Amino acid sequence: MNKKKVVNLDMKQYGMFLALVAIFVIFAVLTGGKNLSPANINNLVMQNGYVVILAVGMLLCVLTGNIDLGVGSVVAVTGSAAGIILVDYKMNMWVAILVALLIGLAVGIFAGFFIAYLGIPPFVVTLATMLMGRGLTYTMLQAQTKGPLPDDFVFIGAGFLPTMKVPFADGTIDLITIFVAIAATVLVIFAEFKSIATKKKYGFAETALWQLAVKNAVFIFIIWFFFYKLARWNGLPFVLLLMAILVAIYAFVTSKTVAGRQIYALGGNRKAAQLSGIDTKKVFFWVYVNMGVLSALAGIVLAARNASATPKAGDGFEMDAIASCYIGGAAVAGGAGTITGAVVGAFVMGILNNGMSLYGWTTDIQKIVKGAVLLGAVTFDVISKSKKK
Amino acid sequence: MSEYILEMNHITKAFSGVKALDDVNLKVKKGEIHALCGENGAGKSTLMNVLSGVYPHGTYEGDVVYKGETCSFHNLKDSEEKGIVIIHQELALSPLLSVAENVFLGNEQLKCKGVIDWTKTRQRATEMLAKVGLEHEDVNVPVNTLGVGKQQLIEIAKAMAKKVELLILDEPTASLNDEESKHLLDIMLELKSHGITCIIISHKLNEIEYVADSVTIIRDGKTIETIKKGEDEFTEDRVIKAMVGRELTNRYPLREGVEIGDTIFEVKDWNVFHPDDPNRQMLKNINIKVRAGEVVGLAGLMGAGRTEFAMSVFGHSYGQKISGKVFMHGKEVKMPTVKDAIKNKLAYVSEDRKGNGLVLIGDIKENMVLAARPQYFSNKGVINGNEEILAAQEYKDKINVKANSIEQVVGSLSGGNQQKVVLAKWMLTQPDVLILDEPTRGIDVGAKYEIYCVINDLAKAGKAVVVISSEMPEIIGTCDRVYVINEGEIAGELTKEEVTQERIMQCIMAHNRKDDGNE
Repeated sequence: MNKKKVVNLDMKQYGMFLALVAIFVIFAVLTGGKNLSPANINNLVMQNGYVVILAVGMLLCVLTGNIDLGVGSVVAVTGSAAGIILVDYKMNMWVAILVALLIGLAVGIFAGFFIAYLGIPPFVVTLATMLMGRGLTYTMLQAQTKGPLPDDFVFIGAGFLPTMKVPFADGTIDLITIFVAIAATVLVIFAEFKSIATKKKYGFAETALWQLAVKNAVFIFIIWFFFYKLARWNGLPFVLLLMAILVAIYAFVTSKTVAGRQIYALGGNRKAAQLSGIDTKKVFFWVYVNMGVLSALAGIVLAARNASATPKAGDGFEMDAIASCYIGGAAVAGGAGTITGAVVGAFVMGILNNGMSLYGWTTDIQKIVKGAVLLGAVTFDVISKSKKK
Repeated sequence: MSEYILEMNHITKAFSGVKALDDVNLKVKKGEIHALCGENGAGKSTLMNVLSGVYPHGTYEGDVVYKGETCSFHNLKDSEEKGIVIIHQELALSPLLSVAENVFLGNEQLKCKGVIDWTKTRQRATEMLAKVGLEHEDVNVPVNTLGVGKQQLIEIAKAMAKKVELLILDEPTASLNDEESKHLLDIMLELKSHGITCIIISHKLNEIEYVADSVTIIRDGKTIETIKKGEDEFTEDRVIKAMVGRELTNRYPLREGVEIGDTIFEVKDWNVFHPDDPNRQMLKNINIKVRAGEVVGLAGLMGAGRTEFAMSVFGHSYGQKISGKVFMHGKEVKMPTVKDAIKNKLAYVSEDRKGNGLVLIGDIKENMVLAARPQYFSNKGVINGNEEILAAQEYKDKINVKANSIEQVVGSLSGGNQQKVVLAKWMLTQPDVLILDEPTRGIDVGAKYEIYCVINDLAKAGKAVVVISSEMPEIIGTCDRVYVINEGEIAGELTKEEVTQERIMQCIMAHNRKDDGNE
């Protein structure tokens, strides 16, 4: 019986991905291909860098069944601290980065302590950090914008990795980007073969070959489309590298480490997790500390991209990050969700923003659409799950 | 009008093509207590949901005739209006609201439209409570300050307030101890004398024998037979035979060829205080010993302190000001956290598998490896996923978890299979000592038998097993030795030869008298 050994790809896992592509194609049609331009693809990456960073951290909070409302304010506080150090004190960029990250760490420890060890509901604690952080930012900046920030700092948010441009068609193409695309392609194919080999070795159910072929072909096409566009523009943005590293680390942590899976167990059933030897307070504490540090990182990237620190920076980012997690299929009650999902969710939001801006819709209309998309995505998710039962 | 208050004829109900009920017939006489028996998943609850309108008229085939008229209920409200009230296994009380408010929940005593008459609510609640033997309860306290047994009675009081004529109880005694169960069953007999008809769903066959006038047995969605007291042979064995379709000659599998070795688990002078009240001592000088290959029971009434004892030993998961010593293999060990307990090869399979044991949205594999993961399935914090899959697969087959694959979500499994997953989770931590807290609560006869077999295998493998159970026959059937715990103290120790239900109760009574004498 060969039949038993073949399983189908879990389409739900890829559904969000397909939705992402679909939204992109719709806007390509609506804007007459404007969103396909190399400059815009580059913009998409740079504009969404910090949302992705926040969504990755937020996913861990969402997995515990909670959220962190304070991230937008931490983004502002850390960004303004960096701005003050760079502009007023004219100190080294590394000092600014270090101080910003330390502030993020401190806020994380503060929130984590209240949540984990005093048992105050995260909603309340982070609502407090949200208000306190925003107030602190206005006080620090005296309600004024700090800028311009020095070039070496701005590189973090707006810089590009080294390029090797050669003339191509009506412009240039960066060979390094193309090389990275080739490496990524090889990696995808290699990973698939390795997974097939493991499944064979352990006698696990295998996925039908044609399904794997289609899946990987789509992946590779997206990789090439994306990198080709970047190559035609200015090469690889530094933010992309940062994002890739973070996503890789967190995807690994959440799926392959004991600590990561403990977050899922805690979110699924806290008591059962405790009685299984999981120090749930410690897990809670580190999830919020982590969120604080990632918020600081997002604050640095945002300030760098804007080349200035403003008191309004990061306003509403917490909502974008939370929405990204839910759009990406994370369970509101906790215990289910993936990093990939959160990243895809962040890009769904990003592509919507970007596409609507290009199409000429105002930010007011954009909010309505984003709200509807969030509600629609979660409703779809909940209904399809309850039908399955 | 016929002698039957309720006739359910040729009921067929399918869920996405699978027949949960297939041509089921149920006839209940007015004023009788009618028991409904069957293994888990046999279709009892589905049938009751058809009756009470949870599954609206039209979603099933067949007809429901109540007091001579064919009914078409569309929701619970419709059936309640006719005097049919169902009390589910999970209590439908709002824990922080007062007893009085709970009694009239959904049926509020009103002054005028929408405004609650609190005086009347309290007054009438007191009346209702008197009917179920709770005349001395304060109706103003939050309902969660009462024990489960009393809460169950409040559910019945709530039904009484709705002018119930046909009361359906779905496993009412599942979480009650013997004494509380007896009280509840007596209340049922009392209601019967007032002309109220009852349908009781229960796994506890001795209770059915005690209260029921007739029993209808359902197996695999079909009615097998109805046995009437006084007309037919009305015994537990007969019912079991009909339920499982075969004769279970022995409900407790024999444990043979087990060599009982040295003492490997010993607790000395164990004292624990209440987690919220440092002056209230919950456990006093408990001393127990368990040998390798031995199955030791902890018997006692609910609230005697058995679970508290197990949890306080297991990584200090309960209580404060804990004192006493634990020895594993003769060496003293300290286990202030669950992690330490697991490292020292102690496992505690908690009662309430849904609340404390399982991540219901997680799959079988994740649940099975959860406790063992840091030690056996990872290297420097990185998980070895493939080994996990193999181990989960091995245990799924070994203890016969009925599921499509190890990727099935545990929330979708039956109670018996969920319990097996929890057991596997703790077996995977490779313990030397296992404490099983109510390992067979709320699961059917067949699955119970399988769990007992697992206990035997553990003993054969030289493990020390401690079984906590509120069902005395289970303790007697499975254990080599029994400690009787009462009010936080050891009230007695009985060997396999000595132990009977009477002896256990005698120990408890004697201990109670001693206590009273002291005060």
